[in-house]
Amino acid sequence: MYKFNYVKADSVDAAAAAVSGSEDGKILAGGMTLLPTMKQRLAAPSDLVDLGGIDALKGIEVSGDSVTIGAMTTHATVAASADVAGAIPALTELASGIGDPQVRNRGTIGGSVANSDPSADYPAAVVALGATVVTNKREIAGDDFFLDIFETALEEDEIITAVRFPIPEKAAYIKFPNPASRYAVVGVFVCTGGGDVRVGVTGAGPCAFRATGIEDALKADFSAAAVDGVTVDGSEFNEDMHASAEFRTSLVSVGAKRAVAALS
Amino acid sequence: MTVTVETTINGQPVTGEVDENTLLVQFIRENQELTGTHVGCDTSQCGACTVHLDGVPVKSCTMLAVQANGHEVTTIEGIGEEGNLHPMQAAFQENHGLQCGFCTPGMIMASIGIVERNKSNLDDETIRRELEGNICRCTGYHNIVKSIAAAAQDM
Ligand SMILES: Cc1cc2nc3c(=O)[nH]c(=O)nc-3n(C[C@H](O)[C@H](O)[C@H](O)COP(=O)(O)OP(=O)(O)OC[C@H]3O[C@@H](n4cnc5c(N)ncnc54)[C@H](O)[C@@H]3O)c2cc1C
Ligand code: FES
Ligand code: FES
Repeated sequence: MYKFNYVKADSVDAAAAAVSGSEDGKILAGGMTLLPTMKQRLAAPSDLVDLGGIDALKGIEVSGDSVTIGAMTTHATVAASADVAGAIPALTELASGIGDPQVRNRGTIGGSVANSDPSADYPAAVVALGATVVTNKREIAGDDFFLDIFETALEEDEIITAVRFPIPEKAAYIKFPNPASRYAVVGVFVCTGGGDVRVGVTGAGPCAFRATGIEDALKADFSAAAVDGVTVDGSEFNEDMHASAEFRTSLVSVGAKRAVAALS
Repeated sequence: MTVTVETTINGQPVTGEVDENTLLVQFIRENQELTGTHVGCDTSQCGACTVHLDGVPVKSCTMLAVQANGHEVTTIEGIGEEGNLHPMQAAFQENHGLQCGFCTPGMIMASIGIVERNKSNLDDETIRRELEGNICRCTGYHNIVKSIAAAAQDM
């Protein structure tokens, strides 16, 4: 790992100031992605600004129609939360399937969303549920947040403070995990509510996206058979040692069908 | 530049002046000379470096030493001693839960977490799923699973 300056921020404002006042500063959350990347010398920030001491960024709040999760809340906390399980059980299930117990004890929702890893789990829920990413500057709609592989709508010194999920009528997350890392080869999050159906997909493309073709078919007929009638366009899908684009294309349909079956 | 590490390891307050990029596992092994915690992969995969941070298992190769400031670290040296082993250590010994022993400190620290999280609900499938973050090249896991199930009765 290259050298860097370490800054422990005691507030979000102080953290933002430290990042913008540095040459190439980066936020440090759980460090589960950033530190391994730095060890491989794929990243060499001049400064690491640690959010670990800001208690205001930790915690879960459930109101009548939404679940708000502080950016520094760990995956383990979400997985174990009875409040989240009561409001959006698919979200606790998603969190409990991220990586392994040690990773879940450190990794945070803010870090996961900010990173826009093409195979991360939370992004599927963010786009499917129509979540709002709350930052120190503004609120960003889930649909506008993920731009590309490792690229989001966040500005350089913008810090995620929370993610707010509307509570759906029903939701299910189906993940085909990489057997070694547990990252999603493909993950499909389906939710329903108010006559609407939304389908978020991770793992398949450069970043999480909504499968609008499947959504339309399910709005007309909420059944696995309806998904069969949709041709998923996989021409831009990821190809790597774990799966071909063709296989991922098929997993999107199969994942959507299993999610629909779980909800029917 | 350096940073000051001020943390608690196995109940003892410790301080040290280290480079910012010092990992917690380096601090434990090299600065504190507690060499029970191992480095297997150094890429966050194998769990050999697992310690407890405020009572929950974490991979100490994927944390900066300075991130432990103000927190409590427990290593394999802190849970039992010869003649007075932790129930998990005793169960690994009795059930042949190790061969070369390289993964064992991390396995034991992770396994204590598994029992604490799942106390009332610990079948073999759960144990195997929750061992996701720990790799053993020797045992084939069977006796590790057996050890954890046995220790769960005594913890
Ligand atoms: C072995 C292993 C297995 C894993 N398996 C999975 C898996 O199955 N599914 C999955 O989804 N993930 C998986 N992960 C990734 C894990 O979920 C990470 O915790 C997550 O991707 C990053 O969160 P973090 O808190 O560790 O962030 P960090 O690593 O600290 O930061 C990641 C990036 O986000 C930025 N950042 C962090 N917080 C903020 C914020 N509040 N505002 C703005 N920017 C911020 C950082 O600057 C950095 O660029 C795995 C990781 C490991 C090591
Ligand atoms: S040495 Fe830390 S996970 Fe392998
Ligand atoms: S006993 Fe040798 S690696 Fe596990």
